[in-house]
Amino acid sequence: MLKINNLHAAVDGKAILKGLNLEVGSGEVHAIMGPNGSGKSTLAQVLAGRDSFTVTDGSVDWDGTDLLALPAEERARAGLFLAFQYPVEIPGVSNAYFLKAAVNAVRRHRGLPEYDAMDFLARVKAEMKAVGMKEEFLYRSVNEGFSGGEKKRNEVLQMALLEPRLAVLDETDSGLDIDALKIVAEGVNRLRSPERSMIVITHYQRLLDYIVPDKVHVLSQGRIVRSGGRELALELEAHGYGWIDADGKAAAAASGARS
Amino acid sequence: MSTIDAWVARQRERASQLPGAALPWLARRRADAIARFADLGWPTSRLEGWRHTSLAFLDQQALAAPAFAPHPAFALATLRAAFDEGDHWLVFVDGRFAPVLSVTGMLPAGVKAGALSEALNSAPDAVEAAFGSADDSASPYALNLALCSDGAFVHLARGTALEQPLHLVFIGATGAADTHLRNLIVADANSEATVVEHHVGGGATLGTVVTRVQAAQDARITHVKLQQQDAQAIHLAQIEAEQARGAYFASHSLSFGARLARNDIRTRFAGEGCETLFNGLYHVDGRRHVDHHTLIEHARPLGTSREYYRGLVDGNARGVFAGRIIVAQDAQRTDAIQRCDNLLLSRLAEADARPELEIYADDVKCAHGATVGQIDEDALFYLRARGIDTDHARQLLTYAFAAEVIERIAHAAVRKRGRGLLLSSLPGGARMEALQ
Repeated sequence: MLKINNLHAAVDGKAILKGLNLEVGSGEVHAIMGPNGSGKSTLAQVLAGRDSFTVTDGSVDWDGTDLLALPAEERARAGLFLAFQYPVEIPGVSNAYFLKAAVNAVRRHRGLPEYDAMDFLARVKAEMKAVGMKEEFLYRSVNEGFSGGEKKRNEVLQMALLEPRLAVLDETDSGLDIDALKIVAEGVNRLRSPERSMIVITHYQRLLDYIVPDKVHVLSQGRIVRSGGRELALELEAHGYGWIDADGKAAAAASGARS
Repeated sequence: MSTIDAWVARQRERASQLPGAALPWLARRRADAIARFADLGWPTSRLEGWRHTSLAFLDQQALAAPAFAPHPAFALATLRAAFDEGDHWLVFVDGRFAPVLSVTGMLPAGVKAGALSEALNSAPDAVEAAFGSADDSASPYALNLALCSDGAFVHLARGTALEQPLHLVFIGATGAADTHLRNLIVADANSEATVVEHHVGGGATLGTVVTRVQAAQDARITHVKLQQQDAQAIHLAQIEAEQARGAYFASHSLSFGARLARNDIRTRFAGEGCETLFNGLYHVDGRRHVDHHTLIEHARPLGTSREYYRGLVDGNARGVFAGRIIVAQDAQRTDAIQRCDNLLLSRLAEADARPELEIYADDVKCAHGATVGQIDEDALFYLRARGIDTDHARQLLTYAFAAEVIERIAHAAVRKRGRGLLLSSLPGGARMEALQ
């Protein structure tokens, strides 16, 4: 269970998250929607431990652990996974080396034996097949020269290999055509399980046709202004974000008046 | 007191023992060279081109022999293990050819590779034509000419090709205070070879090396220099090439060792349609210093040059790069790209990267860029977000940055050796061995 309580975060002195509350139970899939600049990506980065964001208030409790006290690599080893909106290209490091280093770092932490080269290859090839990636991508540099769809598939591949307890998908649908979107969504759905929670961040409802969430939240001005079921996403699709922005401003003004 | 007089005296002492001492042309060039050296003295920071790398300290201190050097046979065995059986080896110990350690039995017809000292006896005219003079050399390379005790003489006859690389290995063993080596590579039309120059181990406190390459029409010569000398060594080296019409010359310089390493690398396009690749990587830490000064002279039309240098500068070390490209008025349709990128690995490290383009032709494409930066924070976070610890992530990104240079070496075994050297010079390299 993840409990985000009154989370405030800033970058370069500018407040972005302004009192965000969210609870995600085991095995649940929550969608977070919101207009550009509402703080969606900041939430993802703060959860994953990016140092350039400063948490100024609030807490994040993750199955009894103070998530914010852990450095990024320890969060990852403990089972948090962030699928990047913009996966980083790393020329000169082969995908195979990168994936093996990541998987073994996580396995060491979990007290599992590290994979040797043979076991790892067998495992990674099976997972690549499942997400429709050709084997040559193992021997290419991490994300270098990958198309948008290939980069996102590589993210889903990493998620499958690292077997997280909590996955945060940051606009995994952005830049994908419908076929690529379906493949990525299939990959994600395959990983749904009672032990694995997911936060799916998206600007558009269309991803939620394929990854059906248990709950939908609307983020505006750094806080969650509406929560509901799947129908909330459809409502946003029909009416746009205009009315939500107004709500957000009203809520912010009200909170300003209170303090 | 200045040590210049001592060098002049040393040259006078050694002159009769140096190879080719009986050849009048050589005696004359050596005399001219030592006179030039005495006249110029060691370069100081007042001299353009030596602003960041003053050798004034050599003027004040007598050279002591280093305390330790590995056994040459041991150093060589390690080296040879990394390469194919069929490679050719010329080995020099303390500045002298070591025939028992050398393997050149399988050279194809028309290819000669041997010691300069021997070639001065067997083919003095060919050596004279390739030897060069010190007339416009910087003073350390004039000293080299005056004192050079040996080196390699390589001749590729028209149309010959050396499939396996020729390795020139220079090992310091007994700890001589100074060594001076001169390598001559003469490539006739349409010939092709890869020559790898290794500088390993302890040995000379002060070493000068001059490598001259003449590439005739359509010849293809790749020169790879791997410098991994001990941390007390002073290494001063010049590589100078001249390319005739359609010739290709590649210079790869990987500089990992030495206390002070200076490389002057230059080529001149003397004919149309020449192509060159200048590719370099340096890694310095502690209080070490590395300097590459390069010059590509597009003297004739339709030349293509690519120059890529990268530096890793750690500790209190300093990395210097100055890349000069001259495009003569006649050199129309020149295509030149130059880049130098440095990664600073500590707060006290310092890197200078200076492109210098002189373009006198009007129909040219020339691009250049130089950067000095730190490890990319986005990439670092990406790796950490996958559970890889910060140290390992930094090492991995450092390796990846540098390895791009090594990937440009065409020959697979040489490339692999380059990666191995890089890994062994980086902290945490051992656990990244799978990257080789």
